[in-house]
Amino acid sequence: MVAAVSIVDVVKHFGSLQALAGVALEIEQGAFFGLLGPNGAGKTTLISSLAGLVRPDSGVLKVLGHDVIKDFREARRLLGVVPQELVFDPFFNVRETLRIQSGYFGIRKNDDWIDEILDNLDLTSKADVNMRRLSGGMKRRVLVAQALVHKPPVIVLDEPTAGVDVELRQGLWQFVRRLNNEGHTIILTTHYLEEAEALCGRIALMKQGKVIALDTTANLMAAHPGGTLEDVFVRTMNQ
Amino acid sequence: MIGFWTLFYKELLRFWKVAFQTVGAPVLTALLYLLIFGHVLDEHVRVHGVRYTTFLVPGLVMMQVLQNAFANSSSSLIQAKITGSIVFVLLPPIPYSAFFAAYILAALARGLMVGVGVLAATVWFTELKIVAPLWILAFSLLGGALFGALGMIAGIWSEKFDQLAAFQNFLIMPLTMLSGVFYSIYTLPTFWQGVSHYNPVFYMIDGFRYGFFGVSDVAPEISLGVVFACFAAVTLLTLNLLKRGWKLRA
Repeated sequence: MVAAVSIVDVVKHFGSLQALAGVALEIEQGAFFGLLGPNGAGKTTLISSLAGLVRPDSGVLKVLGHDVIKDFREARRLLGVVPQELVFDPFFNVRETLRIQSGYFGIRKNDDWIDEILDNLDLTSKADVNMRRLSGGMKRRVLVAQALVHKPPVIVLDEPTAGVDVELRQGLWQFVRRLNNEGHTIILTTHYLEEAEALCGRIALMKQGKVIALDTTANLMAAHPGGTLEDVFVRTMNQ
Repeated sequence: MIGFWTLFYKELLRFWKVAFQTVGAPVLTALLYLLIFGHVLDEHVRVHGVRYTTFLVPGLVMMQVLQNAFANSSSSLIQAKITGSIVFVLLPPIPYSAFFAAYILAALARGLMVGVGVLAATVWFTELKIVAPLWILAFSLLGGALFGALGMIAGIWSEKFDQLAAFQNFLIMPLTMLSGVFYSIYTLPTFWQGVSHYNPVFYMIDGFRYGFFGVSDVAPEISLGVVFACFAAVTLLTLNLLKRGWKLRA
């Protein structure tokens, strides 16, 4: 079976800074995959390269077998990305935002699915509210909804719970687990390691633009008996 | 195609939701120009055989078409870049040519809407007649699209609002204000007449005005050729920048 995401020897420099130093990894379809590392490790650059927002200097990235540069239209159709930054378009309300995002992906009538996403993210009461009037947590939910409007088989969540209250976290993870159970591949970056420990079946640890550990969560934990993922993380980063 | 239509629709909604500022304000500005210059000069100046106010109106209409087409695409892109919401149009599978077409058509729509508004507000003060409507249409469409494309370049290039303001104040404003909106270039000294012929906006204003009076400083066929050549060059440049993802994709 073709990999959900295939990354081969990806290198990226920003001036003299090497953001990605030959990253290679493969993520199976249906996986719940954690991409962890300290700030500046290269996680967001890797995700941005996968999404076509950053152009790598060399290497190949594929989404379900489609090259993100040569076959960008299909690759982007298969990918949903929740960006790390809390960004929004202040001209539109929540429903307009989701309808417009659906249209960008070539979907004209999408209200049934939009209603379902709004319901699952507890946004139904905010559907007609302008984006400017939403709280930070609500805006974060809309970002998640925007990434899901086209039902992408591969979903990337770049720190989706940063600055989000407990209630939303629980609701969000419930929804994301459901999507994962339905066959969607989930790639998660987070600094909340207990979330990664609870959710991810496989984890890559990144440091200074390289993958320094890649294994199932169980195997990573087994290497440090009695410890938490946080212990594994700290020890691996200090090696 | 749905991606293109959605982006076009989104760009239309974006300016229409603040139409008081994006359409109403430039119409008022043009009306003020007409009232002030008309009051001062109407009794004393005739150009191309018509009263000054009558001469001025087509120039004001075209100037606002151009400036607002530029403002629409440039402000949309710079706002999206600065707020980060540009990712919403960069993540989907929209081809760069569709991206270009959507922004240009929306810029043109705003430019034409303001142009019609200026005409409707000012026509009461003049004895304006339309002699050659196809020339009016051709110059307003090509000129608006050209300035929409220039706005895209400015919006993509700028990283801060003051960079965009510099582009607008030091390039777009002088080009439009010194293009013959307020005068016929044959009232200028010979040297400045020559200089004016290097300003592409002069040809847009002059050709557009021909549609109202049947008289112009330069033959409209020549003006249309110049404007078309400029449009083609700026379009190719913009498409190339979008294809490379210049300043949009790191």
